[in-house]
Amino acid sequence: MEHLLEQTLNGLQLGFVYALIAVGYTMVYGIIKLINFAHGDVFMIGAFVAVFGFTSWGLPWPLAILVAMLACAVLGMGIERLAYRPLRIKGAPRIAALITAIGVSLFIEYFTSLDFVFGSDYRNVPRVLPERRWEIFGVSINNVQVLVLVTVLVLVVFLQLVVYRTKVGKAMRAVSQDMDAARLMGIDVDRIIGFTFALGSALAAAAGALFAMAYPQIHPFMGIMPGLKAFTAAVLGGIGSIPGALLGALVMGQVEVLTAAYLTTDFRDAIAFALLILVLLFRPTGLLGKTAPEKV
Amino acid sequence: MLQVQDLRVAYGNIQALHGISLSVAEGEIVTLIGANGAGKSTTLRAISGLVRPRAGKIVFQGQDITRTPAHKIVAMGVGHVPEGRKIFTEMTVQENLELGAYIADPKRFHEDLNAVFERFPRLRERRRQSASTLSGGEQQMLALGRALMLRPKLLLLDEPSMGLSPRLVQEIFEIIVELNRSGTTILLVEQNAAMALSIAHRAYVLETGRVVLDGPAQDLQNHPAVKAAYLGGGQSANG
Repeated sequence: MEHLLEQTLNGLQLGFVYALIAVGYTMVYGIIKLINFAHGDVFMIGAFVAVFGFTSWGLPWPLAILVAMLACAVLGMGIERLAYRPLRIKGAPRIAALITAIGVSLFIEYFTSLDFVFGSDYRNVPRVLPERRWEIFGVSINNVQVLVLVTVLVLVVFLQLVVYRTKVGKAMRAVSQDMDAARLMGIDVDRIIGFTFALGSALAAAAGALFAMAYPQIHPFMGIMPGLKAFTAAVLGGIGSIPGALLGALVMGQVEVLTAAYLTTDFRDAIAFALLILVLLFRPTGLLGKTAPEKV
Repeated sequence: MLQVQDLRVAYGNIQALHGISLSVAEGEIVTLIGANGAGKSTTLRAISGLVRPRAGKIVFQGQDITRTPAHKIVAMGVGHVPEGRKIFTEMTVQENLELGAYIADPKRFHEDLNAVFERFPRLRERRRQSASTLSGGEQQMLALGRALMLRPKLLLLDEPSMGLSPRLVQEIFEIIVELNRSGTTILLVEQNAAMALSIAHRAYVLETGRVVLDGPAQDLQNHPAVKAAYLGGGQSANG
């Protein structure tokens, strides 16, 4: 029983990290109907910047995370500006944007693998905090887990405030519901799309930083699997829906960790993705997706 | 106030407008009538910047706005109530009106909101409700009210009577006339040609992307070709 609770806690930690990545996928999809496959690589860059921050640059960890978030916000906006916006303005078909996204992703992975950038080696991440463990009702919890859980909660609350309580958030929701109508309100749609990329990328960077603390090894391809899992979580929850992405990520985290703990680690990814197929068979729009996601 | 010269618009390989020219003077109600697919909505979408013309020129208050982005055209004072209303159905009535005032001076917000609520009391009653729960007529009022939040100088109205009962159509048209009397210039697109001609000063008849006829609305009301094609042989056609 204690073992189960501990595994659930591990799953929660993983799910929380996925959640921060998944909201970025879902917000971008909600607004321009694009699966931004480069999102997992932004997560990776975030991890690297944060790790450089608290190792080479000697920043305290919260500051390192903030620097990573800022750097990736700029990176995300840059990707949108250089790779996706020109296609959108030309009215290119959606598949062209999707292939571009895959291209951007591969470019980031292989460019950062070059020796003069990050290099392709696995790097071990030193501990940011001296390890502390507590026993709560017989369940062992460590300080990194607490840090991850609290940071994600704070960021999710921050995201909710931005989306539902600010003017720019209202504009984001308007653009995602009807881009033309949003234009007629005087909203500069390109700016709002840029902001959405910045926000999503900053959250992915925070996820990368937390991931590097919890699973202390980083390399240029580290974003692929978590990116894919978070994307799956977003689809599972109903792509385009922020609460859906959060729920989907929690489910993914649990399924992955519990499968590894009670079946075999080999099945971990297979079962996570099988679950996606299963859910979509019965609920094509995902757990919290709208029944008619396509607007006419 | 608005001059459109030789406007050409294409969607991919399909040419929607084959060189439309028209003008709207300050204080006028001008209507564009014509069948489905004649290019009426496309003309409005080009004026407000939602589609890029292939060729031609659009001038609003002496400024060339042919290549101006839509959000800047709105800021210049061109309101557009689009076809199908396009209200934000996942938001409340109040939030829709707030979005209408997105680029307005925040100090004016309460005054403008009250003005809209006075014109459309039903919106005040339903301000906290989701816009998706409104009836068709109320949605049209919300779309109109949302555009009015910016006090537009020129209001583009696309099929405001669509899907409404004759009584509501009457109500909406009375509101349009009232708006015009209080100083808003109006460019109205309508399939309900009889109603449109009855309130307009001037009219243009569009057919497959071209202006085939134009003149004072009263003259067109009595024009034999217009009567035969759009006014159901002279009987009033509602809906």
